[in-house]
Amino acid sequence: MLSIKNLKANVEGKEILKGIDLSVNKGEVHAIMGPNGSGKSTLANVLAGNKSYEVTEGEIIFEGKNLLEMEPEDRARDGIFLAFQYPIEIAGISNATFLKTALNEIRKYYGQPEIGTKEFMDLIREKSKLLGMDEALISRYVNVGFSGGEKKRNEIFQLLMLNPKLALLDETDSGLDIDALKIVANGVNLFKNQNNAVIVVTHYQRLLNYIIPDFVHVLYKGKIIKSGGKELALELEEKGYDWIKNEEPVEQNL
Amino acid sequence: MSETNKKQSASSGIEWYLEKFSSFENKLNGRFQSPIHEIRKKAAGLLFGMDFPTIKNEEWKYTNISPILKFNFIPSVNADVVNVTKEHIDSYVFNDFDYHLLVFVNGIYFRELSRAENLQDGIIIDSFGNLEKNNPELLKKYVNKFSIIDNAFNALNTAFAYDGAVVIIPDNLIVEKPIQILFLNVSEKENLLIQPRNLVVAGKNSQSKIIINYRGAGGKEYFDNIVTEILADENSVVDFYKVQKENENAFHIEKVQAVQKRSSVFNHYNFVFGGSLVRNDINSILDGEGIECHYYGLYLTNKKRHVDNHTFVEHAKPNCMSNELYKGIMDDESRGVFNGKILVRKDAQKTNAYQSNKAILLSEKARLDTKPQLEIFADDVKCSHGAAIGSLDELSEFYIRSRGVPEDIAKSMLIRAFASDVIEQTKIEELKEQLNHIVFEQLHRKEVTNK
Ligand SMILES: Nc1ncnc2c1ncn2[C@@H]1O[C@H](COP(=O)(O)OP(=O)(O)OP(=O)(O)O)[C@@H](O)[C@H]1O
Ligand SMILES: [Mg+2]
Repeated sequence: MLSIKNLKANVEGKEILKGIDLSVNKGEVHAIMGPNGSGKSTLANVLAGNKSYEVTEGEIIFEGKNLLEMEPEDRARDGIFLAFQYPIEIAGISNATFLKTALNEIRKYYGQPEIGTKEFMDLIREKSKLLGMDEALISRYVNVGFSGGEKKRNEIFQLLMLNPKLALLDETDSGLDIDALKIVANGVNLFKNQNNAVIVVTHYQRLLNYIIPDFVHVLYKGKIIKSGGKELALELEEKGYDWIKNEEPVEQNL
Repeated sequence: MSETNKKQSASSGIEWYLEKFSSFENKLNGRFQSPIHEIRKKAAGLLFGMDFPTIKNEEWKYTNISPILKFNFIPSVNADVVNVTKEHIDSYVFNDFDYHLLVFVNGIYFRELSRAENLQDGIIIDSFGNLEKNNPELLKKYVNKFSIIDNAFNALNTAFAYDGAVVIIPDNLIVEKPIQILFLNVSEKENLLIQPRNLVVAGKNSQSKIIINYRGAGGKEYFDNIVTEILADENSVVDFYKVQKENENAFHIEKVQAVQKRSSVFNHYNFVFGGSLVRNDINSILDGEGIECHYYGLYLTNKKRHVDNHTFVEHAKPNCMSNELYKGIMDDESRGVFNGKILVRKDAQKTNAYQSNKAILLSEKARLDTKPQLEIFADDVKCSHGAAIGSLDELSEFYIRSRGVPEDIAKSMLIRAFASDVIEQTKIEELKEQLNHIVFEQLHRKEVTNK
């Protein structure tokens, strides 16, 4: 589904990603861990098409297409979704308007008609219920005045509404209380199936107790320096990052 | 326009209008005798010694009015020169709520299409012309009592004061319906000088909502030169909405002068959508304690249009607050000016005065000149001002596009988000979506609505 080869990227002239290789297949869950500032959000943003990050080398192939040539909206329509580490507020636009616009743009791309009002409302009700989301948040402006946890939950709500092929979750667990964490993780698990994939960026093993990864990667100073199974996350939780910081970057062949 | 109609200098511009004064007087008929005419004559006398302002004048530094002086405008005294139907009017007024309606065509009252019947006891919602005929003594009590003549434009308006909207609200009345006033302008044959002379007197403890809506309906260049006087008496609440969407070749200048008495609240909303050269002076004197004054402004500029907003809040007494929020959306090669003056007099202790002016530039060629002007003579005062000029936030745009939304709609959403700070302040719920609609229409951008 996704193949990243030797990806290098700069922010404001400074190299942040220094040669990333990563493959993700349908049905897989990958976790990316690593210390602050190692480049995790940068990788997620590059995948989603944020132009503040300049790709200097390498390639990203997603479902046979060269992602790097595509605008963010086209990537989204082809099935990439990024749940932001810091979701953006948009005053004056209700959550419902926002989602309906996005959903219809995606439907248009696939030659489908606009979603009917009732169908849309039913979908909203179904998905917000799954996440135990207060329905009042649907008519409020996008993320404006939302608590930290509500914003994160709203990202996952958007994920469920738009139903992409590849979900990138950038520290969705931060800011969530323990109950909310379970609910959100449950939402992600309901989204998950054999035809899509999830990449979770997290600092904590706790989330991975609920969203169980097939692979765990450690990103350090712009490179993946270790990959392993879900037990790697437990090991990191216990020992921190120091013990692997000196390892050579791994060639990942999955 | 023929060569002979062209004017060279500012003073010759004044001459043209002074020459027109006697033929204007002839059209006044009986009103020639009214006490109001004394005010007009006095203003004409003042005009005689004046020049139109030039950029050498500090107050007009960024606004060159010479495009206005290229025309010899003809004072408008008739409404029936153009064919205006109810359908016409309906397409310009704000809808979906109950309102009283005064309609003016080219600045002249248009009774057939106005709807100001079944009024609450004691309230006057009428035209300046009618009042001058029917109750000149009442009118005289207020006209030119709040606004002093301080430049050639308001002298010109006063000298030729002929018609306009007058709302006089008795003490203790809560006006149930908003009062909507439509000025529909269309210069078909001549370049018209349209000079609404508006008056709002809000009695003690009264509450009212007034919408003044200036619209252009095509045609030649015209000059809409307005003076609006407002008295907010003790403990009154006045919500005053100005919506201006003149033709793109029209000139629009307005001076608003409000005088506020003890514990009154005055909310002025200024939606600037149209006009080729626009200047607003919005002035309030806070002449009593416990007063609140709020200015909200949203201006859109594009093409080569020029919009100048000058605001002035004078804190004359203690314990008052003023708050000002102006936002501009500027595209193409347009120019904007924001000059916000706050004067806190020596007596005005415990004043709170805030001012914020923000603009987004949608093009690299758009330009805003902004100047806060704080003159504070009291020592126990909280005063702040801020200005920010930027472009649409790229990260926000990326967020929206990362959901599959195309660039143009993402930008429209951010424009709506930016404008919403001001539009959301509107207290007539039904106006909000209609104002948003005009924003997108005027900027020629894809509309996003929450409907
Ligand atoms: N827009 C930007 N401008 C300047 N520097 C940036 C920008 N975005 C990221 N960086 C820098 O790039 C580096 C990697 O940042 P990134 O956000 O990818 O880290 P991260 O691994 O997600 O960290 P965290 O765990 O704290 O979220 C950091 O040093 C950061 O300061
Ligand atoms: Mg991060």
